[in-house]
Amino acid sequence: MSRFKTKKNKGATAINTSSLPDIIFMLLFFFMVTTVMREVSLKVKLKLPEATEIQKLEKKSLVSYIYIGPPVKSALYGTNSRIQLNDTFASVDDIQEFVAKEREDRDEADRKFITTSLKIDGITKMGIVTDVKQELRKAGALKINYSTRKGRDQK
Amino acid sequence: MAKRAAPEINAGSMADIAFLLLIFFLVTTTMDVDTGITRKLPPPVENEDEDIDVKDRNVLKVLINSHDRLLIDGKPGLVSDLKVKAMDFMSIHPGDEEYPEFDVKMIDELGMERDMSKGIISLKNDRGTSYDMYIKVQNELASAFNQMKDDLSVELFGLKYTQLIDKKKIKGINKAIPVRISEAEPEDIGGR
Repeated sequence: MSRFKTKKNKGATAINTSSLPDIIFMLLFFFMVTTVMREVSLKVKLKLPEATEIQKLEKKSLVSYIYIGPPVKSALYGTNSRIQLNDTFASVDDIQEFVAKEREDRDEADRKFITTSLKIDGITKMGIVTDVKQELRKAGALKINYSTRKGRDQK
Repeated sequence: MAKRAAPEINAGSMADIAFLLLIFFLVTTTMDVDTGITRKLPPPVENEDEDIDVKDRNVLKVLINSHDRLLIDGKPGLVSDLKVKAMDFMSIHPGDEEYPEFDVKMIDELGMERDMSKGIISLKNDRGTSYDMYIKVQNELASAFNQMKDDLSVELFGLKYTQLIDKKKIKGINKAIPVRISEAEPEDIGGR
């Protein structure tokens, strides 16, 4: 029965790892390409409210963000909700200028597709939100998105 | 001098270097997709005095006060009731004076005529209303409209609205059930 001769145990052969760097590099390039670095450092606390009826925001390059929430450094800036545009605190009056600038940065063909994403903390009072919305209306940025987290169904 | 062969570079640590970079990018990557409720603001009104008269029966008034309490059509209500009430309000009730008027409109995308309610849900909030509550209400109203879209879609195509792929069908459904939420100018009672 020589056909069923058991193989002699030669000991574990070393796995060829010479292609390991290539594999890792491939992964690396994938992550390098997909990475979107955070452009702004948040100065306000953001705990977004939950909602179930949410839509995805597509084309991130066509979204401009407005952050509203209580400042992180509450000792310095107080606990009332503030508006953050780009990297600085701003007032309601700055919004029209901000919208105009955001519009300038985009291609002319894309300008009408700009969505303004409102990232607003849940405890914010609606007064400031309404002011911002009125300014956006005046500035002609009519497409808005109330940023929310995906919540579970309440039922 | 005798030419020596170039010594081979040890590439064994290449993987480690690559790993290091990989981990850096893994950590900095944010894969989260932005999600939220999309709404369209009305264009600014040029003449403030020009109020469009809408018949009382065509409006479902939803008010939120500064204590986050709801008033639905003059009666105190809960957020959980809002969806049912909104759907009931927007549905067609022939001959009932309590419900909004409707007229027949042709929807080309669906190739059919449909009774379109003239009802509008008017959402009014106080300056002191919390954003959390506002989003809850917006969410319930959106959910009511999405439910109606789903119902119509299932009735016509046997598929849920979100499962539709045909652009024409999606457009048709959107036309048949427009999101009719109007937001009034805010009131100044709550304190900033």
